[in-house]
Amino acid sequence: MRIKISNGHIINPATRVDRVGDIYIADGKILSLSDAPDGFKADREIDATDKLVCPGLVDLCAHLREPGAENKATIASETSAAVTGGITSICCPPDTRPVVDTPAVAELIHQRATQVNKARVYTLGAMTFGLAGERLAEMDTLKRAGCVGISNALAPIENTEVLRRAMEYAASCDLTLHLFAEDSHLRNQGVAHEGAVSTRLGLPGIPETAETVAVSSALLLIEQTGVRAHFCRLSTGRGVAMIAEAGRRGLAVSADVGICHLHLTEMDIDGFNSNCHLRPPLRSQRDREMLQQDVADGSINAVCSDHQPHDADAKSAPFSLTEPGASTIELLLPLMLHLVNRKHINLTTAIAALTINPARILGLRAGNIDKDMPADICIIDTDTAWNVDNAALVSAGKNSPFHGWELTGRVTHTLCGGIPVFER
Amino acid sequence: MTVTNIQLDSNGRLKHFLTTEGLSQQLLLDILNHAESFAGVGKRAVKKVPLLRGKTVVNLFFEPSTRTRTTFELAAKRLSADVLNLNIPYSSTSKGETLSDTLRTLEAMHSDMFVVRHDNSGAAHYIASQVAPHISVINGGDGRHAHPTQAMLDMFTIRRHKGTFSSLVVAIVGDILHSRVARSLIHALTTLGVCEVRVVAPNTLLPAEVEKLGVHVFHDMRRGLADADVVYMLRLQRERMRSALLPSENEYFYRYGLTREKLAVARPDVIVMHPGPINRGIEIESSVADGEHSVILEQVSHGIAVRMAVMAMVMGRFHDNNAEGT
Repeated sequence: MRIKISNGHIINPATRVDRVGDIYIADGKILSLSDAPDGFKADREIDATDKLVCPGLVDLCAHLREPGAENKATIASETSAAVTGGITSICCPPDTRPVVDTPAVAELIHQRATQVNKARVYTLGAMTFGLAGERLAEMDTLKRAGCVGISNALAPIENTEVLRRAMEYAASCDLTLHLFAEDSHLRNQGVAHEGAVSTRLGLPGIPETAETVAVSSALLLIEQTGVRAHFCRLSTGRGVAMIAEAGRRGLAVSADVGICHLHLTEMDIDGFNSNCHLRPPLRSQRDREMLQQDVADGSINAVCSDHQPHDADAKSAPFSLTEPGASTIELLLPLMLHLVNRKHINLTTAIAALTINPARILGLRAGNIDKDMPADICIIDTDTAWNVDNAALVSAGKNSPFHGWELTGRVTHTLCGGIPVFER
Repeated sequence: MTVTNIQLDSNGRLKHFLTTEGLSQQLLLDILNHAESFAGVGKRAVKKVPLLRGKTVVNLFFEPSTRTRTTFELAAKRLSADVLNLNIPYSSTSKGETLSDTLRTLEAMHSDMFVVRHDNSGAAHYIASQVAPHISVINGGDGRHAHPTQAMLDMFTIRRHKGTFSSLVVAIVGDILHSRVARSLIHALTTLGVCEVRVVAPNTLLPAEVEKLGVHVFHDMRRGLADADVVYMLRLQRERMRSALLPSENEYFYRYGLTREKLAVARPDVIVMHPGPINRGIEIESSVADGEHSVILEQVSHGIAVRMAVMAMVMGRFHDNNAEGT
């Protein structure tokens, strides 16, 4: 199919394009961003007047729940939700059931995504077998099966010697290690940020040091082993500051934050709101402000949905007994635009944190509207205000903490590989 | 959703009693005043009033308890309600039936009130958010969060001895971190306007930013008890010794056990309180627990009157136009 997107405000941070223009697409690729190629005849023209045209989003972390928890969501349901929010590439962590520690599971996920044919789905491979934190998984085999990095997901690696060896081996295989920094002993049985709110509600707390201690020991091992490391889902300003400082010293480190942590704080769990039961926990207002600033100044490279769809029962219980995580995949872009509208982050930085930066972290040819690149594109109406209604979410998980929020800006078209996969 | 509004009906009257936090001073005083009117019922030949006749109260205990459950049961019976005691061991809910299924089943038996004890903070709020509109929920203790009827019976006991609250210095000693009693008591004390609330404990037994609850922190017991009007000792669970929170019972008793000698720095008319059950020789020595300053057994008997008051209030029995009820 040959498509012309006309007269849109193109923002492509990778090439520093920020202007009104046309995009010509054929055979799934971008042909030109300037003049019509010779003899180009569009099968379809999409008028993007007064709209933003951006690369399709690359989501560094979304739990699609398949295989193993299809009662919560499936690759079909969640990729359908993703494209309504402009996401065209999704990276899912290896903590499916079974775990992505064999090529078969990675292949299953890729096959299902291909059958559904909405968004591109990538997966991280397990760092250790069964995520048990003991034996190294077959990292190179997983890489050859298409895994774009390795990770132990949210499972702890209590033995730092195992972590060291995993880093050394990953470096040998030229794999990026995705690390969720949490000291499991300091987290203990905690379910909320250790602070005034958890004290008042009597909820077991997770101290800031559960993150900062883990970041600091990981940084020393990264320095020793030379592995390329990506820190996932940071929740504390101090943790980010340590990583940014290590980056300035020349370590190959990057970092992301989940979208909820840029908007919500420990205050939001008041009333035992289980939709705000997250891991890592929502932290202080100061942490939220620091994280916003870190995205604005590039200390945090990427923002992800950290999408965790749940069935209703998983969130219906006393707070500590509910499962952590929020359904956010279709809200990632609107919530980012909300920060732009409130002048916390400028538009180009916000788009970069959702597109080219995560694409680079994963080593993908994505997140970039340029000649010969795959035509993964989203078109955004930035003027229309709308209200989040959890019941109306496309995702099978209705557990969003943002029910009732008024947001401005919404995706109207999503193209994946030159095919319109969503239109509003 | 806020912590407080779920407790009140659209007219601002008590619908559920889940926490002492965020309720008005007047409402807490109403509880004490109504409790005062019930305090004599237990001494009469016929120990019953007909306020809740025809109502069914379900004691829903997911965590073992003897005294709290018994006093709730007595309170309900003295109000002429029918009482159903359900002790639900934790394992049976994890075997399949969810908490909300249990609630549906009990609602189908036409219950009017649930008294809930659960080992997870927020359980009573969760249940209050799930039940049918005609059902009231009273929190009999949820995790580390709240134990509001205990706090109110403590306030009742303090008022009986001290008359007013405004000039009092109250020291709460021991395991604040794990204590729902301490949290509810602190909110009640600050709402009712005591002069100073102190917490006395090692850092390992204090929750983060505890001073934001409006208390002064002391690590040294003699300084913490100086000139106190009320000394409130918390129970220390033996299991705390097995984690890294405390080295030994001996050392704890040396630093934080209440002895006659330590109590001597408090005001001469100090009262000594404890929510029970007591660990003699760990948090309090017997001569103090049984001594002239102790009001520990009074607390227990006041528990019945206070729970009667709360049960009658959440069932609307003191509303101006509804004294007879339905």
